[in-house]
Amino acid sequence: MADRAGGVAAPDRPLVSVAAPVPPRGPAGGWRSPRGRERLLQLGFLVPAVAYLLLFFGYPVVQNAVMGFQEYTTRTFYTGEAPWVGFDNYAAVISSNLFGTALLNTALFTAGSIAGQFVIGLAIAVFFQRRFPLSGTLRSLLLLPWLIPLIVSGAVWRWILDQDNGALNQFLGVLGVADRPGWLTSTSLALVAVIAVNIWIGIPFNTTILYGGLQDVPRELYEAAALDGATGWRAFRHVTWPLLRPVVNVVLVLGVVYTIKVLDIILGLTDGGPANATQTIATQAYHLSFQEFRFGEGAAMGNVLIVISLVFALLYLRANRRALAGEGR
Amino acid sequence: MARRGAPLRTAVPALVAAAALGLSACGGGGGGAGGGEVTSLRVLDYYNNEPDKTVYAQKLDECGRQAGVAIEREVVPGAQLVAKVLQQASSRTLPDVLMLDNPDLQQIASTGALAPVTDFGLSADGFQEGVASASTFEGQVYGLQPVTNSIGLFYNVDILAQAGITPPTTWDELKTAAATLTQGERYGVAFSAVADYEGAWQFLPFMWTNGGDETDIATPQTAQALQLWVDLVNSGSASKSVLNWGQADVKDQFAAGNAAMMVNGPWQFPALDEVAGLEYEVVPIPVPRAGQDVVAPLGGETWTIPRTGDPARQAKAAEIVACLNTDDNQIALATDRTTVPTKTALRDRFVAEVPRMAAFTDIVQTARSRTGKLGAEWPAAATRIYTAVQTALTGGATPEQALQQAQDG
Repeated sequence: MADRAGGVAAPDRPLVSVAAPVPPRGPAGGWRSPRGRERLLQLGFLVPAVAYLLLFFGYPVVQNAVMGFQEYTTRTFYTGEAPWVGFDNYAAVISSNLFGTALLNTALFTAGSIAGQFVIGLAIAVFFQRRFPLSGTLRSLLLLPWLIPLIVSGAVWRWILDQDNGALNQFLGVLGVADRPGWLTSTSLALVAVIAVNIWIGIPFNTTILYGGLQDVPRELYEAAALDGATGWRAFRHVTWPLLRPVVNVVLVLGVVYTIKVLDIILGLTDGGPANATQTIATQAYHLSFQEFRFGEGAAMGNVLIVISLVFALLYLRANRRALAGEGR
Repeated sequence: MARRGAPLRTAVPALVAAAALGLSACGGGGGGAGGGEVTSLRVLDYYNNEPDKTVYAQKLDECGRQAGVAIEREVVPGAQLVAKVLQQASSRTLPDVLMLDNPDLQQIASTGALAPVTDFGLSADGFQEGVASASTFEGQVYGLQPVTNSIGLFYNVDILAQAGITPPTTWDELKTAAATLTQGERYGVAFSAVADYEGAWQFLPFMWTNGGDETDIATPQTAQALQLWVDLVNSGSASKSVLNWGQADVKDQFAAGNAAMMVNGPWQFPALDEVAGLEYEVVPIPVPRAGQDVVAPLGGETWTIPRTGDPARQAKAAEIVACLNTDDNQIALATDRTTVPTKTALRDRFVAEVPRMAAFTDIVQTARSRTGKLGAEWPAAATRIYTAVQTALTGGATPEQALQQAQDG
């Protein structure tokens, strides 16, 4: 809608300037009225986006923040009564025995997933920089894990990782491993297994973005480096890596924000078990709200997650700005 | 059993529905106080699997015809029902007739969204006591449940016959039988100790029959029951995977011959009947000492009349609920859905008509409801139970310690 309206009113204006309105610098063509018209136009483009953000991001976040301070139960849905309880929900959530476990699991899950996704993703991206027969096809096939609904991949992985009849343990048996590890039933392995599955899901994202970043590294630099004797690892270390840094920052921070809130894959694989070994802040918030119907406490837990994500989102914005500045140079 | 067709792990999309809760206030303008003639009623339930879906479609239509109204039925997946009901409660768009899983009734009744069925001249007199108590909140009956179910011990007739073993009736017999039946790739027994309400539900017959109680699980009686499960797993008679198996997974293991016995419910009959060459029977879950009656949990769904603000529609809705609970319809629903009628007077007639349901009809007699004692606090208790079970089964603590930790939160 907005796009079309803009197209009619100002056919010559590139849409990009709407997404990132640049303050007009230097002499503008006409003065008063064209400038006023431009501002009006800018506003016109902004309003739908701002309204959308307020309605679908602002309202839920504010509502969730408020809910965290209320005794919000099933009753509230019918009566609308949600007594204000101050920080009681936070006290209950944080003092529970599970909070420490969930926080630690969230940190381990996020750090482990990101590290694995990034290293493997980068390795694959670098690998696909060379052209070889079918490289394009193979690269697109890499996207598959991304395309499969998480519920489906969760169910399949649960079967693969089953202790008795799972494909993985059958395979290990063929290799001569007599002991069948309980990937999803041992408290020491379950988190590792869940992280491994999440790495598998995250590789396409990392590969795609990093591959894009690699394409932007000018070929001449490699040639120049080769002349100076830097090839292979040294070329990567001194040419690729420094130029890829802005993209790396973005990938890592986005990865953290995506990973920290992962819910479906954990619910699908272990439901937070065994014995809370894979319980994270996200699964705990889901459990409190939608299984125990303690919406206030669930919201408080969710808010803890939002604050953590927010820290990384701010880091992302900074990294992003630096990346843009880098491009501008 | 609750949400059996759609255990939570497969129903994460419920989240999406739940996420919409916050916006629900923009719904329609309420129940409409139009006093005109009632020509149709809105019905909401979660029977989205066969045969339940068709059985209820026919029964509801039949009851609708008798009441002179058309039935507009909406079916949602099990895990989404409560979220849907809460959304409708806040937007005042509740259906005229609402089905609820029995442990959810008190939760929903506590919101004030339901009308007591006694307001419309209905009552739960003659219903099994536990069933009636699950539909009762603060002394008022809010729903009528036509049929119920529970869990029992299924056994593979051929495997037991080959091993020369009779179905176990006590815990000791269960341990011995399971150990003997465990051979090669096959386990003696399978059950669900998964980290959700299904795991807690399966533990209840062991805990309750031994005198355990959900109001305080840190007792020797509950610890003994948990010790039984720990022994079964540690001795290798049951797979460690019970920690991650829902009831449907348990059924698959049993059907595949990977387990000689299993704890499960009659809703698995249709799926098991389709397995070629599988002959199975059901007995009550073994008890601690010979001669005891097993105390199993009651499953099944109850039919309620939400407060829609239109007396004429509510009166018609009550006719539908009453119709689903006539003697004949209780028997018909129980027969078609392999469940048990809830009116105690119907038992003999039912068992005579459907002999294969004899075991479950027995089990139900002494069964009790999950929410009978704790009401809306049940979900928290269930979480404590499955957490303790998981902690003990993974070897994180002894049963006593695990139960104490879980009870302390």
